[in-house]
Amino acid sequence: MENVSTSALTPDTGHRSGRRRFAHAGIVLLVIGLFGFLYAAFAPSHSAATSSDPAIEQGRQLYLQGCSSCHGLNGEGGVTAPSLIGVGAAAADFQMSAGFMPLRNHTAEAERHEPAYDDTEIEQISAYIGSLGPGPAIPTNLDYQSAPLAFGGQLFRTNCAQCHNFAGSGGALTYGKSAPSLSSASPKEIYEAMLTGPENMPVFGDQQITPAQKLAIVNYVRTIKTSPNPGGAGLGRIGPVSETAVAWLVGIGVCVVITMWIGSKV
Amino acid sequence: MSSTTTDTPGTGGSSGADENVPAGEKATRATLKYVDDHFGSAGFLKRSMDKVFPDHWSFMLGEIALYSFVILLLTGVYLTLFFHASQHEVIYNGSYAPLRGVPMTDAYASTLHISFDVRGGLLMRQIHHWAALIFTTSIVVHMFRVFFTGAFRKPRTINWHIGVILMILAILEGFAGYSLPDDLLSGTGLRIAYSVAESIPVVGTYVCYFLFGGNYPGQDIIPRLFIIHVLLVPGILLALIGAHMMILWHQKHTDFPGPGKTENNVIGSKFYPTFFLKTNGFLFMVFGVIAALGAFATINPVWLYGPYSPGQVSAGSQPDWYILFLEGSLRMMPNWETHIFHHTISWNILIPGVIIPGLMFNLMALYPNIEAWATKDKGYHNLLDRPRDVPVRTALGVMSLTFYMILVIGGANDILATTFHWSLQAVTWVLRVLLIVAPPIAFKLTKRFCLGLQHHDEALLHHGVETGIIRRLPHGEYIEIEAELPPEKAEVLAKQIGYVGHSNGHAAITAGTNGHGSNGHATNGNGSGPKGGRLKRPVGLAETARARMEHFLTEEREPVPDAHAADHADEETPVH
Ligand code: HEC
Ligand code: HEC
Ligand code: HEM
Repeated sequence: MENVSTSALTPDTGHRSGRRRFAHAGIVLLVIGLFGFLYAAFAPSHSAATSSDPAIEQGRQLYLQGCSSCHGLNGEGGVTAPSLIGVGAAAADFQMSAGFMPLRNHTAEAERHEPAYDDTEIEQISAYIGSLGPGPAIPTNLDYQSAPLAFGGQLFRTNCAQCHNFAGSGGALTYGKSAPSLSSASPKEIYEAMLTGPENMPVFGDQQITPAQKLAIVNYVRTIKTSPNPGGAGLGRIGPVSETAVAWLVGIGVCVVITMWIGSKV
Repeated sequence: MSSTTTDTPGTGGSSGADENVPAGEKATRATLKYVDDHFGSAGFLKRSMDKVFPDHWSFMLGEIALYSFVILLLTGVYLTLFFHASQHEVIYNGSYAPLRGVPMTDAYASTLHISFDVRGGLLMRQIHHWAALIFTTSIVVHMFRVFFTGAFRKPRTINWHIGVILMILAILEGFAGYSLPDDLLSGTGLRIAYSVAESIPVVGTYVCYFLFGGNYPGQDIIPRLFIIHVLLVPGILLALIGAHMMILWHQKHTDFPGPGKTENNVIGSKFYPTFFLKTNGFLFMVFGVIAALGAFATINPVWLYGPYSPGQVSAGSQPDWYILFLEGSLRMMPNWETHIFHHTISWNILIPGVIIPGLMFNLMALYPNIEAWATKDKGYHNLLDRPRDVPVRTALGVMSLTFYMILVIGGANDILATTFHWSLQAVTWVLRVLLIVAPPIAFKLTKRFCLGLQHHDEALLHHGVETGIIRRLPHGEYIEIEAELPPEKAEVLAKQIGYVGHSNGHAAITAGTNGHGSNGHATNGNGSGPKGGRLKRPVGLAETARARMEHFLTEEREPVPDAHAADHADEETPVH
């Protein structure tokens, strides 16, 4: 995929080759330098985000390039985008690793994309956003495979299935919104989604669903998502509607064609 | 091609055939002789085996229902061996890990057991369920064939009524079966059924308590549904299917008009061997289709739904298709309620859940009687109508189908919304509007389409086929050469249009054909004949309604451009 970004401010979405990544890094550094200079010259002196941690500082620079146009120079929010103060590093990590942020176009809801940043950059930006105010941190214990599976299933059906459907295939919400399929969410993203409640999804804080329970849910979702259908084609795992389509198009359809065939023979 | 004719009232037509018989016939006789030697019943058997069945493909649609019912019985018996119809709580300990240790009812646990730990269990469950979908669908398809061809007319009206009961029972049977596994999805469905029953004014609550043995869900409903599902309804179905087939056998099959076909004969293949082989071959093909579905496509993955629990619900909880129209009417209904004397009348459930289906099924059941009453059609009809020749009836059928399909689609509004990225509210509103607007449009379009086809037939008969050859005449005019239809084709078409051969008269609502049979006037009042004059005297309300209805059903009949035109002049101005 030959995908050349026209501006250094628009992060590259394509699969970047090593050489091109260097070139990009060069441009990025240049612009960062420029921004840093301008920022130092014009920023109000009481700016909060002066940090000693170099990762956070790196993140701040990246933030200024990629996010501040919408979320404001200090994460205070803008006309189109909410404030990021207090959303926590987990929210930023979720939004960027699922490729929702930086937002590309204003559809009814953000859509999943290839992440625009690499892991280190995401870590840095998340650290910066985490430093803006107290909020959920990126989960560190993701050892979900040993969490109780069936218990996770019960929690999933109680807390998640009403929006995401019984098998995490997704479902409709009101006014053009929908809860997406959970097929492409990584274990960390599932965990963080619960922790931060993106868009129309409620937040499931650690009081409501404990970290151990969250891991059980993650285990359940990943297990059913990766297990094959014992009964043959899964038909999208959306319940009787796709079964109806198959019964009509394949079942009755073939039977009627057979009647016509026999009818034409005799 | 072994076409055979039987006389409708008669005994086997070819009983005195000569000795140079084909192999099939020899086999028949050998079989008959064997049976006769043992039972002395060859006379009856011989008549039955020589029974003639017409060959049109659409006459086999009912057989799909018959054969899928056989599959349901066979697979159902197998499932019954392992299913526990009990709502006692157990802790699942079988081989499906994601549910191990979860408390659930015995019914659900045994369904999991069938799916994962019984040899061939999952395959049987899936074949059983696919067969249920094919069974119910084929009933509907079969019913529409009967409707559109007028096969429900006298003398077959009783069989139509039996058919409607069979359809309702099949739906009930399916719903009962669907509820047995006691999974989250079917439990949600039962919960809705409970609310629908509850919404019936005055008696609703009592009905619910009676059916469920107390508050929902209770401990009784699954055992009760089980008896309903494996004993009660299958028993009635079996008896009624028997009656349905015996009446068919006795009355003989209808056929489309065509060469040599009259109201008093049946042309086609003998039951044995031709029809017998044909239908048996078909049986195995239907088995094959359903078994293939069961083997290759998941249906009702109850292990993903999880056990029923009142506090849980999944997005997009839908029932099987045969209940989807009810789900749709519930989903589309605005949220209306009335409060009187400390009682709530839930119109939002009563109308879509009770009144609409009640009207639909009653109209369906009574349509033959309504049509016969309105058109004063008391004749016997063994020849079918072609749908185009009865434009109003055909249009009514398409209209009902449209209404029904919109309800079905309404039941899947959320799936539509997510699949096509539409707003759920927009989908619902569009469907609400369509539910009211689309059926009349479908009616108009269908009627026009039928009339167009009629014109086309007339043109073919009277002007012949357009050849595409353009010739210039000496004075400069261009004409297209039209070739006359070959005489055989013309004869078939004339028969179909109804110019000749309907000794009993055609249905009164057969556009353009009434009165062309030799004694059509006598059997079909249709405003002419002795009864026509009565309309002039002051008439009761019922008669006015009837006349209105008749006018609606028969208006826009195509005038037939031939010598019979005089008859029509008569009909339009009844001066007696
Ligand atoms: C084009 C404008 C735009 C850009 C650029 C943008 N965002 Fe956003 N962001 C939004 C909007 C709008 C929302 C709220 C709607 C949503 O969640 O989709 C949002 C929501 C968020 C949230 C969730 C807030 C919450 O309450 O949970 C986070 C975190 C976030 N953005 C981080 C970022 C980061 C990090 C970047 C830069 C990499 C970025 N955004 C770039 C528009 C933008
Ligand atoms: C009220 C409905 C609702 C409930 C309940 C809900 N979610 Fe969500 N969920 C959403 C919506 C809406 C989104 C899409 C957010 C977005 O577009 O940014 C979402 C997104 C997600 C995502 C990201 C999916 C992706 O790949 O884009 C995950 C993972 C997720 N939810 C998991 C869960 C889990 C686990 C639970 C149960 C603890 C849950 N959700 C409960 C509505 C819900
Ligand atoms: C006549 C038409 C019938 C229809 C439409 C029908 C329909 C259904 C349906 C939809 C289910 C749900 C199955 C599932 O997905 O698990 C079901 C279950 C079941 N049916 Fe039937 N059925 C019919 C006849 C029968 C008969 C005759 C029997 C037994 C003699 C039977 C026995 C069962 C049993 C035991 C179950 C529950 C077992 C399970 O779910 O695994 N059925 N039926």
